[in-house]
Parts: sequence; C-alpha cells; structure tokens
Amino acid sequence: MSLLETQKLRKYFGEVHAVDDVDFAVDPGEVVSLIGSNGAGKTTLVNVISGLLAADAGRIHFQGSDVTSLSVHGRIRAGIARSFQIVNLFDHLTTFDNVALSIFSREGKTRRLFSLADADQAVRQETLDILNQFGLEPKRNVLAGLLAQGERKLLDVAVAYALRPRLLFLDEPTSGVSTREKAPIMNVVSGVVRSEKLTAVIIEHDMDVVFAYSDRIVAMHQGVILAQGTPQEIRGNQQVAMTLIGETSFR
Amino acid sequence: MNPVDALAKFLPPGRQLVSALVAALVLAAIPLFPSVVSPYQAYLLSTGLTYAIAGLGFNLLLGYTGLLSFGHAAYFGMGAYAVAFLVKWFGVNSMEAFLVAGVLAAGLISMLFGFVCVRYTRIFFSILALALAQVLWSLMLKFYWFTGGTDGLRVPTPVLLGGLFPAAEDKTEFLGGPYYYYTLVAFFVAVAVMWLIVHSPFGKALQAIRDNETRAAFVGVQVRRYRWIAFVVSGAFTGLAGALWVPANGLITPDFLYWTFSGKIVFFAVLGGFRTFAGPIIGAVVFNYLEYLAVALTVYWQFWEGLILVVFVLALPTGIVGTVGRWGTRLRRAPA
Repeated sequence: MSLLETQKLRKYFGEVHAVDDVDFAVDPGEVVSLIGSNGAGKTTLVNVISGLLAADAGRIHFQGSDVTSLSVHGRIRAGIARSFQIVNLFDHLTTFDNVALSIFSREGKTRRLFSLADADQAVRQETLDILNQFGLEPKRNVLAGLLAQGERKLLDVAVAYALRPRLLFLDEPTSGVSTREKAPIMNVVSGVVRSEKLTAVIIEHDMDVVFAYSDRIVAMHQGVILAQGTPQEIRGNQQVAMTLIGETSFR
Repeated sequence: MNPVDALAKFLPPGRQLVSALVAALVLAAIPLFPSVVSPYQAYLLSTGLTYAIAGLGFNLLLGYTGLLSFGHAAYFGMGAYAVAFLVKWFGVNSMEAFLVAGVLAAGLISMLFGFVCVRYTRIFFSILALALAQVLWSLMLKFYWFTGGTDGLRVPTPVLLGGLFPAAEDKTEFLGGPYYYYTLVAFFVAVAVMWLIVHSPFGKALQAIRDNETRAAFVGVQVRRYRWIAFVVSGAFTGLAGALWVPANGLITPDFLYWTFSGKIVFFAVLGGFRTFAGPIIGAVVFNYLEYLAVALTVYWQFWEGLILVVFVLALPTGIVGTVGRWGTRLRRAPA
C-alpha cells in the first residue's frame, strides 16, 4: 500500500490550473524526485499536500487515512514534514534552537512553561547528533539569521528532518546557492536520506542530481503529471526532455 | 559544571562577566536601599519594580511573541480593581489574598480579550487590544454604583503575611519598610518565573512564532493557541503588578485603565529595550524616576517627560539595555 496517495487533487489560481486533478503516490522507503519547469505545479502540489494551501477538490490519503481536511498541525502529527524553497527559519534563534524546537515539538514538550529547555539532556544530545549529520555542529551557537546561504538551506532541511517524519518533502534544497555549493549540500542531504532510509519527495531542477539520487522520477507540466518512472526510463523519455530542456534527449 | 560556567551559559556570549558583576551588585544593593535612603525614595524604587513586573508581562508578548499590545492597562487596572472589590465587598485586607485575586482577575479577563485578539497580528492585534481595554475603562467609568466611577475605590493599608510584620503607624514608613521588602520578594519571584518561562521549550516556541509564524506551524507549533497562552500569562503578570501597586497608591481610578497608561507600559519595554530580558525592568524603573523628576522639578512635567522620552528613543534606538550591551561589545573588540 502506498504511504501517500492523492486522488484527483486540484488547486487552481484563477485561470491557472496549478494542480489539475493529480494522482500522485509515494511508496514507503522510496526517494521520489518531482521535476518540471517553473510553473509546472510542483511546489503547489507540495503546498497542498503539506497543508499550506487548501485543495480545491480531490482527496489526500496518508497511511490509509484521509488527511485532506487536517490542519498543518494535524499533518505534522501524522508524519508529513517539509522544508522550504525560500528558506524559512527562526532567524533570532540559534542554529541549535532551530533544530531543538522541532524535537521539543515532536515530543509534545513545547507545552512546558516551567522547565529549562537547555536542561533537557535527551533533546540536547539528539539536536547535536542532527547538527553533526548536517555538518552544522560548529555553527550551533550562531543565530540562524547570520548563517551563510548554504548553511541556511541545510538548516532548513535539518529542522524538517528533526521532526522524524514518515514522509519528508524537500522543496529545492539547493536553489539559491552558487553552483559550487550545490553538490556539497546535495551530498549531505542525500547522505541523511539514504542512511536513515527516509521516504522523501525532492523537488529539484538539477537533472544530474535528480538522475543520481532518485528511485523514481515524476515529471510535471502545466499542473498534470507528464510522465513517471525510473531514472533510466525518464532519461530516455523524449517528451520529458523536450518539455524540460527543449532538446530531444538528456545528453 | 561550576556555577560561573552555568551562569555564563545563560547570558549573552561575551558579556557574561560584566553582566554577572552588574547583576550581583544590583542584587546586593537593592535590599540595602531602605537603610541608606528615605522611606519615600525606597517607595519610589518599589513602585518602579512593580511597574517592572508589568513590563516583564508585557514583553512576553512584544519581545518574545512579536505582538504589540496597546491595551495592557486593562490587566494592570483589573488586578488593582480586583483588590478594591475584595476590600469593598468582603472586607479582606490580606495582601496575599490581594495578589491571588489580582492575578486571577487579570488572568480571566486576558483569557477573554486574548481569545479575540490572537486571531489577529501586527497593527490589527494592537488596535483590538487597545479597543477592548477602552471598553473595560468605560465600564469602570460608567458603572458608578459598582466602581465609584471617576472617584474610584479606596484600598487601605494591607496586612502582610497574616500580620507577621507589625503595622507601621505612618504609611510612608510602611511603604518604605515592610512593603518595600514585600514588593522586592514579589519582584524577584516574578523575574525568576518569567526567566524560566522564556527559557522553557514553550518560550522557545513563542520566539519561533515571533520570528516565523509559518515555519512555526510547520514544526507543529499550534500558533494561535500558544499566542493565547502567552497573552494570558502576560495579562496575569500585569495583573500581579496592579495588585501590588494599588495598596501603595491607596486608590484605583479608571485613569489606570485608560490607553495612556497602556502607552506607559509600552514605553517601559521600548525605553529599556524589548529585545532583551532585562530591558523592560530597567525601562520601568528609569521611567518611574524620570516621571518623578519631571513632576518634582517643573509644573510643565508632561512636556519635559515627553521631551526626555523622545530624546531617549532617538539616542538609544535599541533601548538602554541594548545600547549598553553594544558598548560592552565595542569595548571588548577595541584593540588593547
């Protein structure tokens, strides 16, 4: 059974059919890449599934139960988490606290008014472990707002990962950084995804990254799914190549 | 871990030693204050510390949750009126009962007002908080038979700790003596509790909401509910301040529910620096002295008070504590 399954999911913005009756499924343990040109509807699809936007029509099933009308909070509890294309962090909190908050939240500890956050050794240790996994431990006492862009992208992913979700959406984890930084960031992120055997959906433009890291690729165009398959299948798909890069094949 | 390291961990990096020294000096000096100055001066400081509790409560919303309330006079006034009602109807004169009543009354009214206000943010939140406070003000003003209208309600000298302290004949002696220490203990308890709250996981969640509401929701924080809880805690602290303040003043009138008093509470935080924990404390004490000086030295005191405050804000945009902290950083960075 699929972990996530959408049925005829729809989101229109006026005349723009951003997500047009999409049936999208993710199986447990797989890493899916969502590809497509700008405006194809990838981010909107993730926004609707994660609860940032309400669906106009269609259903979202997660682990067999209908989560279409759940709040963001409810979906987080169910195990759906996401990172953001435009970095979304708590800029006046330290790198450490950005990650620690996810753990406190996951364990229902943010309801505690009268205990010192820093005195929670279990949370402290897990936070340090996660910061280490993402190579951010040396920056633990730096305010998130003062980190370099590449570090901010990594922290954005770490904050979502610290929720230990069953399904993790990563919205362009390498966008907005220099070409030189893309590979190191993707190596760290994919390293965590692989070693922790996460189920992840990654929106990505860099086709080298996509072909290298995905189990399955879903190509979107104008709000609908154009094609999906293994990296080999997509690599050989002329229609996808034409739509995405305007050439008959991916090199 | 030795105590200095433990303390250092909780202070802003780099200024630990200076901050710790200043804090230690102040903590040592405050209890000795009445033995070296007149009772009136001691009373003046205790009023400042009472205002500081309101400032702390207010700043949980502004500094930590990112919500600017222009209606905190409502909770200060509610704390004070609760005490006055207790005296008028039940003949209670126990200070401990006053404090409990003040906190509960302000807590209840902030539950109600907060429930409405936290549906909004930014200017809409501020104006709604202001409007609701004005409603409470007009109720206290118009229900003469209930509240004494503009005459207000009297609050006599209370009994502290069930009469443990002998009541002083002279009220100034009382306010500068036993009541000073009573206020001091309440102040330190309030500071400790608020310090714990802002350093708790809940406090971190509030700061996350302040920095980025959307992301806070996406790590599972129930934004509106947490804002509401912060509002109630904030109101309860401000109510505690009102309940502590009213026996010293001896009278509560609707003036203390009016928006100009809300403005003063905002000023405590802005003057001291709302981005720091100590800012509203320092701001409230300094504000209280400035007002005292302006009243004592000139008949045009409102003009001078306004002028001084304008100069302060222009000269110290990050508040007193923020500016002093920056000086400290600059000094340390200067080549030896």
